[in-house]
Amino acid sequence: QDTQEKEGILPERAEEAKLKAKYPSLGQKPGGSDFLMKRLQKGVWDTISYTFTSEPKGALGMRTQKYFDSGDYNMAKAKMKNKQLPSAGPDKNLVTGDHIPTPQDLPQRKSSLVTSKLAG
Amino acid sequence: MYFVLRRKSALQVKIQWGPMCIYFPPTVGAGGGNDIQWCFSQVKGAVDDDVAEADIISTVEFNHSGELLATGDKGGRVVIFQQEQENKIQSHSRGEYNVYSTFQSHEPEFDYLKSLEIEEKINKIRWLPQKNAAQFLLSTNDKTIKLWKISERDKRPEGYNLKEEDGRYRDPTTVTTLRVPVFRPMDLMVEASPRRIFANAHTYHINSISINSDYETYLSADDLRINLWHLEITDRSFNIVDIKPANMEELTEVITAAEFHPNSCNTFVYSSSKGTIRLCDMRASALCDRHSKLFEEPEDPSNRSFFSEIISSISDVKFSHSGRYMMTRDYLSVKIWDLNMENRPVETYQVHEYLRSKLCSLYENDCIFDKFECCWNGSDSVVMTGSYNNFFRMFDRNTKRDITLEASRENNKPRTVLKPRKVCASGKRKKDEISVDSLDFNKKILHTAWHPKENIIAVATTNNLYIFQDKVN
Repeated sequence: QDTQEKEGILPERAEEAKLKAKYPSLGQKPGGSDFLMKRLQKGVWDTISYTFTSEPKGALGMRTQKYFDSGDYNMAKAKMKNKQLPSAGPDKNLVTGDHIPTPQDLPQRKSSLVTSKLAG
Repeated sequence: MYFVLRRKSALQVKIQWGPMCIYFPPTVGAGGGNDIQWCFSQVKGAVDDDVAEADIISTVEFNHSGELLATGDKGGRVVIFQQEQENKIQSHSRGEYNVYSTFQSHEPEFDYLKSLEIEEKINKIRWLPQKNAAQFLLSTNDKTIKLWKISERDKRPEGYNLKEEDGRYRDPTTVTTLRVPVFRPMDLMVEASPRRIFANAHTYHINSISINSDYETYLSADDLRINLWHLEITDRSFNIVDIKPANMEELTEVITAAEFHPNSCNTFVYSSSKGTIRLCDMRASALCDRHSKLFEEPEDPSNRSFFSEIISSISDVKFSHSGRYMMTRDYLSVKIWDLNMENRPVETYQVHEYLRSKLCSLYENDCIFDKFECCWNGSDSVVMTGSYNNFFRMFDRNTKRDITLEASRENNKPRTVLKPRKVCASGKRKKDEISVDSLDFNKKILHTAWHPKENIIAVATTNNLYIFQDKVN
């Protein structure tokens, strides 16, 4: 059973060695507080984000979405929308400055909601 | 004296010797994961490979009778299927599940204060036990829990005096005679309406909801806190667990799942990213930061590697129906714990041990962080969980046998028996085996559900829902 256990350890240790060879800057403690912090702060802008890119992966696999503010967020969404629909004309609902916009004037964050394909 | 073992149905065993016979209740080795022959029944969802993100299934749950099956997806939508009444003529198959209701449960939001996008993805659905004609379920995204009422309408009133049939009001001066409005039958309409919205109680992302056996309260858990709600009250909730350290630099673990005990309304458990489970008793104190029991399997420190903590993180915890046991799922295994024994699990089942030698690449492609769920069958004799390549695994606790099956459209003729699959870890690959390097890690089965009473299972691939049932002779 001792050799069995050793066989159990060896693959994991070998994998660890592989990982350290690829990413020498990898921290000692994967469960350490900075990894967990990134998980908790999914979606929040903070200065840690600039050093984050040098790490191979975020904590617990969280891809963090960082926006400076809501304007930044809306710009990012608009860019994505333009990528998806290159032929879309100018949005007729956009208010262009002849009066102060109200929440009702602004375009919806998400366009018409489609029924799930499971129900199709 | 001789024994004759007969199987009456998938869930009963009759032992006969001479003129005497006894029936065993389903808990005793009755047609476990491998004596059962699983057959394809139905598949729901689009066939095309190009999966829209909104169509990714994020939760699957049968209701208490098993008649309804709910799914939630990344687009915030809920689809509920209903089992058809059993066809008395076609006794060889059980009722099919067809769409009963579908609605948009949650919508994307933007937290302006924190510049944080709030995903509409449905993390969990939990059904309430049925109390009247309507059905109720709780659905939650990262921040908000909603109580939905699903009701049927098959009659409508006609013959109002002051309203036309299309709803316009009539001028009262034109009314010369009176009539009594009557209810007339109409096509069945299933309506879903949000009855309660439980919002603003979670700073971190909700991972679990669990309804108490008192049917009046429920808990919701995020990464660091667990709250207790009353189903009728939306403007406040009690915080019952708070593991946020005073100094966030000292954070070492987060809550990964939580569940109420099925029978004891004062007991709940929560699991952590470090592989521990804490059982708490709400009678002990208002804030259950101190556990009543701590379940943890000791680890040999010489075995530790960079991956040890990540793969020990528990992704799901489920009580058995009996309430005596609980099951946990970590990255490579399923463990059954006896609530009376804290120092180690009573059973451990390896789901895909061959992945241990692939941890480096699984870390690089993020798969090591995948959160697999697990479930019990109705009699607590078999447990099931998902894996990669659209494989899912079942472990029979009595016979100790296990089986690997695949959710694939290749076998989609109804009543086709599924062929067991085998993964070849290394060396010579036998015919019909698949090698570890050929596994598709994008095809993951994270969510599975087992009908509470029958051998019917719902297995969710990325965007399809498969329903399998046992072969009924």
